[in-house]
Amino acid sequence: MSYIIDRRLNGKKKSTVNRQRFLRRYKAHIKKAVGDAMNSRSIMDMDKGERISIPTRDISEPLFSHGAGGHVERVLPGNKQFTAGDRIPRQGQRGGDGGGSGASDSGEGVDEFVFQISQEEFLDFMFEGLQLPNMIKQRLAGNESFQIVRAGISNEGTPGRINVIRSLRAAHARRIALTSSKRRNLRALENDLTQEEEKDTALRDQRKIEALKTQIADLRSRIQRVPFLDDFDLKYNLLIRQPKPRSRAVMFCLMDVSGSMNQATKDMAKRFFLLLYLFLQRSYEYTEVVFIRHHTSAKEVDEEEFFYSRETGGTIVSSALKLMRRIIQERYPDNEWNIYGAQASDGDNWNDDSSTCHRILIDDIMPHVQYYSYVEITPRDHQALWEEYESVRTLFPSHFAMEQIVDVQDIYPVFRQLFSQKVTA
Amino acid sequence: MLDKFASGSEAPESKSPQPISTSSEWTFELIQEYDRAIGALAEEFGLDTYPNQIEVICSEQMMDAYSSVGMPVGYHHWSFGKQFISVENNYQRGLMGLAYEIVINSNPCIAYLMEENTMTMQALVIAHASYGHNSFFKGNYLFRSWTDASSIIDYLIFAKNYISRCEQRHGLNEVEAILDSCHALMNYGVDRYKRPYPISAVEEERKQQEREEYRQRQLNDLWRTIPKLGDGVEETKVKRFPEEPQENILYFIEKNAPLLENWQRELVRIVRKLAQYFYPQRQTQVMNEGWATFWHYTLLSELYKRGQVTEGFMIEFLQSHTNVIYQASFDSPHYSGINPYTLGFSIFSDLRRICESPTEEDYLWFPDIAGSNWKETLQFAMRDFKDESFILQFLSPKVMRDMKLFCISDNDKENDIIVSAIHDERGYRQLRENLAGQYNLGNREPNIQVYSVDTRGDRSLTLHHTQYKRRPLGKDSTEVLKHLHRLWGFDVHLNSLNGDEITASYHCPEQGRDRSEGEEESMLIPKPI
Repeated sequence: MSYIIDRRLNGKKKSTVNRQRFLRRYKAHIKKAVGDAMNSRSIMDMDKGERISIPTRDISEPLFSHGAGGHVERVLPGNKQFTAGDRIPRQGQRGGDGGGSGASDSGEGVDEFVFQISQEEFLDFMFEGLQLPNMIKQRLAGNESFQIVRAGISNEGTPGRINVIRSLRAAHARRIALTSSKRRNLRALENDLTQEEEKDTALRDQRKIEALKTQIADLRSRIQRVPFLDDFDLKYNLLIRQPKPRSRAVMFCLMDVSGSMNQATKDMAKRFFLLLYLFLQRSYEYTEVVFIRHHTSAKEVDEEEFFYSRETGGTIVSSALKLMRRIIQERYPDNEWNIYGAQASDGDNWNDDSSTCHRILIDDIMPHVQYYSYVEITPRDHQALWEEYESVRTLFPSHFAMEQIVDVQDIYPVFRQLFSQKVTA
Repeated sequence: MLDKFASGSEAPESKSPQPISTSSEWTFELIQEYDRAIGALAEEFGLDTYPNQIEVICSEQMMDAYSSVGMPVGYHHWSFGKQFISVENNYQRGLMGLAYEIVINSNPCIAYLMEENTMTMQALVIAHASYGHNSFFKGNYLFRSWTDASSIIDYLIFAKNYISRCEQRHGLNEVEAILDSCHALMNYGVDRYKRPYPISAVEEERKQQEREEYRQRQLNDLWRTIPKLGDGVEETKVKRFPEEPQENILYFIEKNAPLLENWQRELVRIVRKLAQYFYPQRQTQVMNEGWATFWHYTLLSELYKRGQVTEGFMIEFLQSHTNVIYQASFDSPHYSGINPYTLGFSIFSDLRRICESPTEEDYLWFPDIAGSNWKETLQFAMRDFKDESFILQFLSPKVMRDMKLFCISDNDKENDIIVSAIHDERGYRQLRENLAGQYNLGNREPNIQVYSVDTRGDRSLTLHHTQYKRRPLGKDSTEVLKHLHRLWGFDVHLNSLNGDEITASYHCPEQGRDRSEGEEESMLIPKPI
């Protein structure tokens, strides 16, 4: 007799744990691969999974086996021209038709164990050990979502939510309370009765016994009449809806698009913004992005225009900061939003504008934002803007960060540096 | 094979019964019906099987099953994850198809069918796994005496729970380290002479606790090195430990490693038990697959003869059957060793031929079975042999000719490789011996045994590798030795011997910087007065 069982609906992810164990064991390798991928990837698929390859010899499980050499007799199928006694010159023969597993030894070091990790895993590795600074304002915005939470016990509710233990406990208490005096009387009467009955037959008062017995029977039936479970014993689990705070963040991307910024520099800036965006997305449930680009005047644009359209002209950085200030005031009150600013530029600025930037930052922007990061993408020496920003950094050391990026390879390390977990003293 | 089928098909004796199915879609009812028909037929042919449990699964679950060596439950280890990832990758990129089935040697015998299979494939798989493999598991002497089909699932559950408890208590890394080391030595954890007792999971748990207590109380022999005062004479006669060389290295570790914690010993034991369970499978691959292939072929051909399956069914079946038994020749780029399905199937089919229509040659080579009852002869061949002895006993000249087997002798003392025998009158016997030798586990794996422990000195463990035809050890040996070192806790040496001469030595930790540490250690051991 055979049993036929449909197991298709059973769990499919039986190997998940083992897979995670594998990833955990080779974390170092994978992290390195992720780091490499960061630099070589095109910007658009930054948030996809990644193919990871690990040298096979690093993950092999060693076993005792025979090495090459000695005297080996081997039987092979498919003889075409050989007869006994033929001699075959030895050249690359061993690898070619060698017995199964032995052959792969020679290819050592070339083999790579290649596999795919998912986007989620990729990002996990990418942002591992990083932390968004100052995530204090887990602020609630409009109450769009609720969660149902337990809120104790109530006397009203639907039958489906009856709390059996509490109901029976209440019933028990009620029964004790309602019958305690009767039971006390009952005990006394029973006592009297036994005393009466223990007396000598001659002294026994038969009428008294009768009376006692009726009284006892009466009491008993009254105790019996107290109901086991009454309506008001019933207790219900109380569930209430609680508004769920949603954390949300807005990220301001400020970029210089003046003539001095070439496509390569913009590309690097874009990579940096994207990393930051992905990172914010993981930390907040809801993230908005505001793109501001500027040359001599600033403009809020959409993503496409931000990255791809090209303008020329001089550079006035403060124009972007002013626009950012206005947008914050108009649309993103800082009690409802976590505000992050990220600015990329090549460091060029109109000479006397840098001090204006300094002032706007200190007075109007820094008090409102969680974090402001500035990356300067230039191989050259710093100019006035960098120095002004350095003084901002000294004023807001935990909310302001700046780094210099020279080429693509620097982006991920700089990003890691900006957001590496600060050890709190 | 094709011709044989054709000869059967010429006489569709009674086409009266309706074919069981005509479409290639399967349903549970149809599977049941096929199973009933095949089962009835198997009984007619005298196949003795465990009850069957047929489980339909999807491809993802098949990949899970793959990576846990087919076991329905298994403990967690990264190496299974690695296996899973590579299977998943290859499958998704179309580099490999999944097996149509996996079958587990348990009672009831569990066979997995893939949801994607057509009805024909399901029937093939049922015949192959649920009746072929199943009867092999139940009949073959190795399985009968070394594995316990009824308790394996229970044991796996016990092992899984125990190991996850250890992980909670001692940390993932600790457990993983021990398991890694045990896996490296898994092939040396088999007891070849004693049959393990059948036990259930509950009992195993109780026994495990008993063992733990016992070990706690027991003073380890290795620690008993404090000399008795007075009799200096005793000291000269140093007792060897172990008295005899031990081939079951894991067992030796479990019982004697001085520094292992109790739970670590239990892990060693679990891996050892699993090695024991897989031991017969490693020794009967050709027979097992050959037997199952022979029966799916025989059973389904018989169904056709009786008109229970259609011609379309047969065409599809024969196509996959020929794929299964395809043998690439040695110089083809697809060649990856001798296909056990082909070899086993050829031998079993030829055995049947020898019984049914023997030739002159057969009477000469197989005087006792030529012309006998084929069912009995095949049962005998299946029951009492393993690959090595099976080939040595039943590989017929005809099969050698059909497969065009030849033997090369690769001796590193010669300049050329020599073709030492081919499929001709002079070569049959040598071919057969050499092919059998190729399936002898003893020749395939290096023979390594625990030779001695320096109980009075630095407690180092010495292993001896006895070379087989001067074959040296592979490159991994130093790595494996590191694992052994982890389990043993003290120095480990491995000498590779050709006769009495040591040709190579491996040490862990590597020798060179050894004595400085070694001296410190030996200071701790009281010196005889």
